[in-house]
Amino acid sequence: MKSLTNTMRVAPYVFVAPFLVAFLCFYLYPIGTTVLMSFQNVVPGQTSFIGLTNYARIVDADFLDALRVGFIYTFLTIAILVPLPIVFAVLLNSGAKRLNAVHRAMFFLPSLVSVVVAGTVFRLMFASTDKAIINSLLKLVGINPVDWIMGGAPQAMFLMVMLATWRWLGVNLIYFLSGLQSIPEELYEAAEMDGANPVQRFMRITLPLLKPTIIFVTTISIFGGFAMFEESYMFWQGLSPNNVGLTMVGLLFKRGFQQGDLGMASTYGLVLMLIVFTLSILQLKLFGFFKKED
Amino acid sequence: MKRILSLALALVILPALAFSQTKTDLNLWTFNELHAQYYNSAVVAWNAANPTKQINLKAEVFPYDDMHNKLLIALQSGKGAPDIADIEISKFPNYLKGNIGLVPLDDLLNPIRKQFVQARLDIYGKDGKTYGICFHVGAAVMYYNMDMMKAAGVDIDKIDTWDDWVKAGLQVKAKIGKPMTTVETTDQWSYWPLISQQKSDYTDKNGNVTIDNDVNTKTLQFLHDLIYVQKIAVVAPGGFHHSEQYYGFMNDGGAATIWMPMWYMGRFTDYMPDLKGKMAIRPLPRWTKGGNRSAGMGGTGTAVTKQSKNIDLAKAFLVYAKGSKEANIQIWKQLGFDPVRWDVWSDPAMNEPNKFTAFFQNPNIFQTLLQVKDEIVPVNVNDRMVKVIDQIRSKTFVQVLGDNSKTAAVALKEAAAEAKK
Repeated sequence: MKSLTNTMRVAPYVFVAPFLVAFLCFYLYPIGTTVLMSFQNVVPGQTSFIGLTNYARIVDADFLDALRVGFIYTFLTIAILVPLPIVFAVLLNSGAKRLNAVHRAMFFLPSLVSVVVAGTVFRLMFASTDKAIINSLLKLVGINPVDWIMGGAPQAMFLMVMLATWRWLGVNLIYFLSGLQSIPEELYEAAEMDGANPVQRFMRITLPLLKPTIIFVTTISIFGGFAMFEESYMFWQGLSPNNVGLTMVGLLFKRGFQQGDLGMASTYGLVLMLIVFTLSILQLKLFGFFKKED
Repeated sequence: MKRILSLALALVILPALAFSQTKTDLNLWTFNELHAQYYNSAVVAWNAANPTKQINLKAEVFPYDDMHNKLLIALQSGKGAPDIADIEISKFPNYLKGNIGLVPLDDLLNPIRKQFVQARLDIYGKDGKTYGICFHVGAAVMYYNMDMMKAAGVDIDKIDTWDDWVKAGLQVKAKIGKPMTTVETTDQWSYWPLISQQKSDYTDKNGNVTIDNDVNTKTLQFLHDLIYVQKIAVVAPGGFHHSEQYYGFMNDGGAATIWMPMWYMGRFTDYMPDLKGKMAIRPLPRWTKGGNRSAGMGGTGTAVTKQSKNIDLAKAFLVYAKGSKEANIQIWKQLGFDPVRWDVWSDPAMNEPNKFTAFFQNPNIFQTLLQVKDEIVPVNVNDRMVKVIDQIRSKTFVQVLGDNSKTAAVALKEAAAEAKK
């Protein structure tokens, strides 16, 4: 009997242990070290505390570039990757169910492709020669070939947002679809009886009831936007002209691994966390997430 | 019975183990497939020459950034580093910080030091110790397209100074309407050799940033003027001389000349086959009378790590594979690099026909090198250099040469300020 109560008491801990161990080793410990390293000059064998020196060095030209790219990229991806999937989700949800599954798979497929592969394909498609696929299509409609990758900030941003849209549309679509499917059909029927047209039904029923999903997608998009790295790396291999593709994580990578300053990289990691955290809180406030429901 | 059995087993197994251990495993990391092939051939030669010190070399090739990052982490954490690693010059300072994770090679290098182009050993040193051995001098030279020179009526052997070269460029433009050359905006080989020729650099010996000094500013302005004033140069298609687009452009006779280090020869033979038989190599023009006609550019410092279990063997093999006379001849034959030991340059073996001698018009490529052997000054390799390179490659060149949005003076001042942070 005693042993039974013992197992009852111990068992829960045994079950959560794998998670706890993983969390401690792979999350809490690295976070702790990151905070520690942000106060250090990290050099093999001679690591020393340097107080706030790293923090005093945060703002430089690279940082401002990374911040600008991060904000624009995040804004654009949210501006595209929230409304567009909603529209597609509504369309898919109303269509024939069997076709729906095929379409859903089609939209979802790109997110299964690794960024490295997708980035390489995009880089080749958007190469600046007039033989590359996009430029040769442009030529067909009478537009001069564009230097996409090296041409400047607008083209660079276009490429990154384009790649993000292609990859993430399907994922967000699934979120919104499941959100839509949880909206009771009766609401629409009632509204229809009351004479609401489709636009009204969308604005008054679909959107408000999708709000939790929209909040969720926006929150992960803020993080995803600022944490973007691979897409840019695939286009420019970490060195873009005039920093047109430098993101916060790109900057962290540059300082930490390309320039061997892991202390500074840790500091940027914390700054990134702060930015994302602040924006997420602001956004949640804006959506009224913290308000008590009446 | 059991004891006897185990004894018998031990008697059988031990000698077998001992025998199999006569070949020592050495791991090597590199970022270049050709380098790996070279090391694999070097180890065959080593094993033939050293029957008592057999090596089983495992050369692994990683992507450039990957390999350097992995190595940095391995040295920082004290675990997982290979015995030997290729480290590219612009990354080398990262590995000389703190307790250096690499082994000094001086004891083996000192007896043969005099035969090396001194500048090429200095660049991998710190506090009087040498930690890496290079593949090549990387002597910067001018490659001329002789068909175009003939069409424009230019005699390249009369070009002595950059002024002469610019005049020839104007002649080329007037006669055949093609640009004299191309200039890189996202890499540094159009710029670094030119300032190194004038004994200037990104940083000074003590690691202070000097990228905005007068010589450097004037030189960048010179490149700018080639494009926008004399209009005899264009920005390299694709932004640098290693882009697919540039290869295609140059292969089709897009520009009449290009200045790059000697190791660029291989790019001609591999990526611009239509230029076969048309190109000639000469030293760079001088800036002033009696000035230097070349500069040592780029490089791969191969080093032995402290984590190696066989440091002495790894060192011996490395010095053999990159420092011995035979090896230096092989480096030319297999890789087409201008080897770091100048005493092999006049060796008859260097004149044996190969794909490089067949490609270029020079009857004796190394004659060109011997002329400029004493006109190469070392570049200063340090932490700040890494930062300067990052700045000028990502911003300065694009702004001054690419979109012409800033003057050389302003852009270099900004780069210097950033690199000092």
